[in-house]
Amino acid sequence: MELQAVLMAAGGGSRMTDLTYNTPKAMLPVGNKPLMWYPLNLLERMGFEEVIVITTKEVQKMMSTDPKMKLDVKMKLDVVCIQEDGDMGTADALRHIQQKIKTDILVVSCDLITDVALHEVVDLFRAHNATLAMLMSKAHEFTETVPGQKGKKKTAEQRDFVGVDQSGKRLLFMANEADLEDGLSIRKSIMRKHPRMHIKTGLVDAHLYCLKKAVVDFLADNKSISSIRGELVPYLVRKQFSKTTNCPKIKDDAEDQNQKKNDGSTNHGHSSCLSFSLDRSCWNDHRGDMSEAYHGGKLRCYVHIMDEGPCYRVNTLAAYIEANRLAPKLFEEVPVHPSAVISERCQMGSDSYIGAMCQIADKTSIKRSTIGNSTTVKEKVKVANSIIMHGVTIEEGCNIQGSVICSNAVIGRGADLKYCLVGNGQQIEPEGKDHWHEHTP
Amino acid sequence: TDVIIESSVGYFTEGPERKDDIVKAKQEGKELTKEEKQRLRKEKKQQKKSKEKKDDKPSRDSEKEKKPASAASPAPQTPTQPPAQKAPSAAPAPVPVPASETPSAADKPAKSKAELKAERRARQEAERASKGKKGDVGPQAAPGKPKAPPSELQPVVKRLPEHVQVDNPEVLKKLAKKLERQQTPEYNAATKIPLRSDYGYKVSLFSHLHQYSRKAPLTQQLGIPSTVIHPAIVRLGLQYSQGIVAGSNARSVALLHAFKQVIRDYTTPPNEELSRDLVNRLKPYISFLNQCRPLSASMGNAIKYIKKEISNIPSQCKEEEAKRKLLNCIDCYINEKIVLAAKAIAKYSIEKISDGDVILVYGCSSLVNHILCEAFEKNRKFRVIVVDSRPRLEGREALRRLVQKGINCTYVLISAVSYILPEVSKVFLGAHALLANGYVMSRVGTSQIALVAKAFNVPVLVCCETYKFCERVQTDSFVSNELDDPDDLIVTRTGTTQLEHWQEVPSLGLLNLVYDVTPPDFVDLVITDLGMIPCTSVPVVLRVKNVDQ
Repeated sequence: MELQAVLMAAGGGSRMTDLTYNTPKAMLPVGNKPLMWYPLNLLERMGFEEVIVITTKEVQKMMSTDPKMKLDVKMKLDVVCIQEDGDMGTADALRHIQQKIKTDILVVSCDLITDVALHEVVDLFRAHNATLAMLMSKAHEFTETVPGQKGKKKTAEQRDFVGVDQSGKRLLFMANEADLEDGLSIRKSIMRKHPRMHIKTGLVDAHLYCLKKAVVDFLADNKSISSIRGELVPYLVRKQFSKTTNCPKIKDDAEDQNQKKNDGSTNHGHSSCLSFSLDRSCWNDHRGDMSEAYHGGKLRCYVHIMDEGPCYRVNTLAAYIEANRLAPKLFEEVPVHPSAVISERCQMGSDSYIGAMCQIADKTSIKRSTIGNSTTVKEKVKVANSIIMHGVTIEEGCNIQGSVICSNAVIGRGADLKYCLVGNGQQIEPEGKDHWHEHTP
Repeated sequence: TDVIIESSVGYFTEGPERKDDIVKAKQEGKELTKEEKQRLRKEKKQQKKSKEKKDDKPSRDSEKEKKPASAASPAPQTPTQPPAQKAPSAAPAPVPVPASETPSAADKPAKSKAELKAERRARQEAERASKGKKGDVGPQAAPGKPKAPPSELQPVVKRLPEHVQVDNPEVLKKLAKKLERQQTPEYNAATKIPLRSDYGYKVSLFSHLHQYSRKAPLTQQLGIPSTVIHPAIVRLGLQYSQGIVAGSNARSVALLHAFKQVIRDYTTPPNEELSRDLVNRLKPYISFLNQCRPLSASMGNAIKYIKKEISNIPSQCKEEEAKRKLLNCIDCYINEKIVLAAKAIAKYSIEKISDGDVILVYGCSSLVNHILCEAFEKNRKFRVIVVDSRPRLEGREALRRLVQKGINCTYVLISAVSYILPEVSKVFLGAHALLANGYVMSRVGTSQIALVAKAFNVPVLVCCETYKFCERVQTDSFVSNELDDPDDLIVTRTGTTQLEHWQEVPSLGLLNLVYDVTPPDFVDLVITDLGMIPCTSVPVVLRVKNVDQ
């Protein structure tokens, strides 16, 4: 087997607690599908047959009852439950499942929505025998107004500085603004080996990593690393250029070959064979100095930067809204679920998506909105630019604009909501007028 | 083993044809009886069919004679000519045909082996032709043989390999079908090796060859955790197509290491024999690698060797032991044919390098670099001139390796070679393959260097291991070559990209050839691990090798 897929679905959604305090992030509906359906669909389309899903018990329960997950996902899901307390980072989770890992892994986060050609990332991993290959994308501007926020406030996200070499594939430098107090310092050894470096800041990390098995074994020994993105990746990027290139985790190929027993690992002594052939090959990855290909370094990190095409990480409210807008178009979702009951005098825009078993009454107008499963919309309701989750009841005469209404909420008769965020199970009183940019947890 | 001899149109006259026949007859005498029995069986089957095909033969013979008339046109255009020629061939032309050519359907057993083979081939062609008729537009009785036109000049009908018939849609269809059928045994689902599609406009002289783009790797069409093809092979294919592993020796070594990995991970399925199943398992991998980048002659020989070793495993051998034996064989092969051969060649070459020499090398040949480094270590005083050419600019890598050792080097581009040659005392060239008629197949530009060196009376020495000797015969660089990604030509050294929109100009074609052939008249000496031989002794070496095996 070449790659094992691991889906990290235990994240708490700490940056959008309004949405996630009741529904776990992995099961938030996006375009009427649970969020984790999207990465699973990506893996399935690429040809994976098994995925290890690391998640919480709650999500597992919801997964087993969700119809979309049961029907659409044909892969075998090996669900591993971990505690919900949130102390376990992504690297800790990998350590937890170390026994299951038999070969190189592909780690995906549950909040990734993209249609990238995955072979671009994996080809870098294969061709250069890399230790890490990851995916990044140019950040897209979010254009929709975010409910609950007065005015367009640009959240001061800490920037990521990513340094790549001239070809744009080799990852030389990665640091977050938070870690750089005095300024950006780059080691001389990097500059000597790669005199031309491009530093980019407007990139979104898709949290999709191809890691060698040796890295998982290394994590088992080094219990201090708890997050892949925050600690492991910068560590690997730095280690590429450290003087002690024989860091303990890179299994010496000599000892690999001395091991007579074969545990099926396909990297058995591969590096030594590769260097034997590279010695005779007339190829070099850089030019201008006297060193051999890859500067003789054994640890290599590569990145594929997507220029175009959707790539969203749904970890903030703004991203969630954007994703709801674009994901259904991406996957050519049927606008109206066959089991929904819509009366004839309903005006439905082409951008709207109605979930299963909905009941939409007369004289309603639904534009650019997503309506979840089992939602009831009574007469004379106007819904525009909104996201309505499952099981919501909207009484007559309501006017909902630019809002997000979480599951099982009840909007009383005649309520007028603009850019509001209504939490789970909440009830808005009837005739509640002029709710503007409000936020009811 | 079959001997498939390619020829370019119009060059071969009666004489060489006869010689080939004799060579073939001799080789057939040494063939295993198993093959003979198979052949006899096939002949018996075709006896019945050939009786119906008797009337087809005279018209086909006449078609053969039309070929020499049209021989002036280059090979790739002849596939389009059969339809035009079918009409005139309906009238049988009485043309003198060598006696061995006329296969008569009636008498069989009391004939020489060459004639038997000729008959069998003729019957196979007839059979194939009748199958081709169903898809053919032409309504003639004369069978259309789009595969065989250039080689019909030969007394016996030969088959052109598929990789030089890219402009023939029937051949492409057959290739696609063959790839479909090549499924790995473990997955009965329709997992097949994808067909890589050609890219861009091909110059008409080379339209019979494949031209792929590096930006469209074959892995696009495969599933990501590759289960159909062993991951080591996918990795290797990627490295070939991206040029990370380039150079004849490097590719062969990488191939053998990948096969070692495949053998290590192999388990015999129940009710199967390792000797037969493993060979079948390797077939789709080889097609995959061929799609990534056409196989080199050295790789072909290595594959033949492995297949032979696998088939020779006795059936009672246990799997573990068999695998160990195979891994051992591969290690021996690499050690003997590549590592030790390089040492032997270095030893012979150092005798030829004297103090004060100015040696010219072209491109980056691992063997020539090795020789020069060894000579430098043995304290010979010489300096090197490295000649380089676009778009690969491999000479820069050779330059780096030599300078790192401490050798005094000069670097020029190939356009300056006639300027620099008066200074040169010897030319050392590496080879991709040595063909059976003494021609040297090497990186494009090598024949230029040899030609100019000949004009200046500078000795040209070619260094080549014996495992690169190939039974093919080629006299020009058109028939069988490799086309690299044309987009490589767009960017110049200074970074300008004036050719960026070449595809929009309908009359513009970019040609990026990889290999060319150098005639033996320009090569003074070939240094192999068997010693220093003249170029014309290559067929002798091949014959000796075949006897050994």
